[in-house]
Amino acid sequence: MTGLSRRQFLAAGGGLTVAGALSACGSPVVSSLTGAQPQTADVIYWHLFGGGDGANMATMVDQFQKSGTRSIESTLLSWGNPYYTKLSLSASSGRPPDVAIAHLSRLPLLAEAGLLEPIGDQFTEAGVTEDKFTPAAWEKATVGGTTYAVPLDTHPFVLFYNVAVAKKAGLLNEAGDNLKPIEGADQFLDAVKAMKDAAGGDFGAVASITADPSTCWRFFTMIYSGVAGPMVSDLGTKVTIDRGAMEETFAFMQELTQGQKLMPANSTATTSSTLFSQSRVGFLFDGVWQIPTYRDVEDLEFNVVPFPPLLGEKPAAYADSHALVLPTSSARSGTRTSDAVRFVKGLLDQSETWADGGHVPAWLPSQNSSEFKKMDPQSNYTEAAFNAVYDPAAWYTGAGSDFQVAMGSVIASVLTGGTDPKGGVENMTSSLEQFSTARPPV
Amino acid sequence: MTTSAMALPARDVDTTTSAPPKDGSTRGGQNKAGWIFATPFLVLYLAFLIGPVLIGIVISLFNTTTVQSGLGSFVGLSNYADVLTSGDFWASMWHSVLFTLLTAPLLVLLPLVFAILASRMARAQWFYRLAFFAPYVVPSSAVCLIFAFMYTPETGLITNAFGWVGLTAPDFFGSTSGAWFAVVLLTVWWTFGFNFILYTAAIQEISEEVYEAAAIDGAGPWQQIKAITVPLLRPTMSLVLILTVLASLKVFDQIFILLAGGPNYSTRPVIQYIYDTGFTSYRGGYAAAATMVYFVTLVLVSVVWLLARRRFNTNPANA
Repeated sequence: MTGLSRRQFLAAGGGLTVAGALSACGSPVVSSLTGAQPQTADVIYWHLFGGGDGANMATMVDQFQKSGTRSIESTLLSWGNPYYTKLSLSASSGRPPDVAIAHLSRLPLLAEAGLLEPIGDQFTEAGVTEDKFTPAAWEKATVGGTTYAVPLDTHPFVLFYNVAVAKKAGLLNEAGDNLKPIEGADQFLDAVKAMKDAAGGDFGAVASITADPSTCWRFFTMIYSGVAGPMVSDLGTKVTIDRGAMEETFAFMQELTQGQKLMPANSTATTSSTLFSQSRVGFLFDGVWQIPTYRDVEDLEFNVVPFPPLLGEKPAAYADSHALVLPTSSARSGTRTSDAVRFVKGLLDQSETWADGGHVPAWLPSQNSSEFKKMDPQSNYTEAAFNAVYDPAAWYTGAGSDFQVAMGSVIASVLTGGTDPKGGVENMTSSLEQFSTARPPV
Repeated sequence: MTTSAMALPARDVDTTTSAPPKDGSTRGGQNKAGWIFATPFLVLYLAFLIGPVLIGIVISLFNTTTVQSGLGSFVGLSNYADVLTSGDFWASMWHSVLFTLLTAPLLVLLPLVFAILASRMARAQWFYRLAFFAPYVVPSSAVCLIFAFMYTPETGLITNAFGWVGLTAPDFFGSTSGAWFAVVLLTVWWTFGFNFILYTAAIQEISEEVYEAAAIDGAGPWQQIKAITVPLLRPTMSLVLILTVLASLKVFDQIFILLAGGPNYSTRPVIQYIYDTGFTSYRGGYAAAATMVYFVTLVLVSVVWLLARRRFNTNPANA
């Protein structure tokens, strides 16, 4: 018999495959068989930034790699629920990345479930300490007395205004670099009305309402939290709605879209960007991350400021923060942990690059740097980061959550006039019941 | 119950679904070799089907979560009570049923028509078979990405195609009816080929002599289709129907990838609901209970179909 028999051939082939897989020690094949963490780089990093933020993050990661000897494997995952599903499952199954981005609004569940390493001594040694962060962000990064995340930024819901229209409406201060102070709901309504007259269109302000529950939720929470505390407590199992404040909030919002018809009630994201870009409205209510959208629009001069206090005395800015977390992993070596800490510090040091996307750096050395202070309009709303109000702490709240979708739908129906303020309170309460009565996973 | 004209695929499924309990127990004891040969299958079947179902039943009675190890606290049947009273669960069940109602008729009838037409092509039959079957082998993620391109507002091919005939394209991602249209069109294009192949196989099973005899009796092509092909394909049609219904009730990939269940969860099928509660909201026990309710529903559908089929087959008019 010449050559190999079929069996010999198969055995040889199988042996080669196994040998090949094993020889590449630390390859994904081996690590998936042994259950170890893949170690394809010194730091494995997951984030959820696309678009301009993604480009800025890539620059920061590149810069860190160039300035040191540590290799980073950076993975972009799709934003929202899918991201948190992957992050928490990777951590609970023991194979998480070394460093990951998380919204602070999503932190309570991740922390309570024990999926995150506390921000401990190694960070203190690296100079990452509480006194160097925006207090509101650091506080939100702390769950039950332990800090679990290093805040990277604060991105509040803010007031965009068209400078030319505001000037015509007589809303600018003498220096012309900011709005005249506005205090209270009535003055605010007057200002929007002045914008409407000055713009000569149908509306004075715009926000994305249709098919945008998150924006509705931010808009509502910004006003509501001026007069009331968190809507839920005890990690979301207890409803603590202030019905009076909520009705007042709804009434004010409805006054804008229905009563005085100062805002379109059926605007989509496209409507709002069109109206604001073409100077057909004076105000835009949106998140700071929209700044890059309008920065390059021709003939549009705009500025961004925190919302004035509307119903309450003190200003409240609805906000969220991106933060860096170290998911729990028993398999992570001390070396990898210290590389991870170094990487986190490296990203914080480049907060000015990150601020390009509109975010207020949480890292005070960057926030106070002359480079950031020169950034316009980014440096105009730093104050909002200090007045930040986040999603109420609960296992179901946070950026992109079902909770925001459910609440946003109720708010949208009030804004479009489908529900009166009283009915809005009822709907919100019953919608909230579904979340608060569900058995919490932690 | 076995009629000589019954198509092969239909008979295959019939024996696997109804026969094993009886045949397996009598023959298995006598034939050790049979068991040994069946072992690889049985191991996989136990490990990946029976095992998970049992685990699912157990954790549906506990407050198990996907972020912590262990079963969690025992909660009895309260997960089931929560599932059965959840509006979101029933809404998603309805979406799965609605999807089935929208796609099943198209997927049962259109492939039949095209399989008959293709079988009557004088030349290049292989080409038509390939052309109709090819989409079926494309992975769901690729299909969804391609269709997402074509459904893009303003610039997408399908959006523009509406304009060519003077219509306004629906908002495929933003409106519920548009989203259903998008996902049904995609599904029909994508899974059409599987049923087409079943019909084609069954058509090939029909003996040439029958047609020959009919031709001698003076039957034209249309009469042959009406009096021979369609009646002899009836068992295959019933097989295709149940396969399509069961596959449609299990819909997940297309809707999840193309629409993520949106807009505003108005197309979210029950499997995505289970996925969302179990993995995104980490409520494993609750999701397991929802799975069991859904599982029982599917079993009921299959049983009803089996009973209906048995009656249909013992009916002397069809023997």
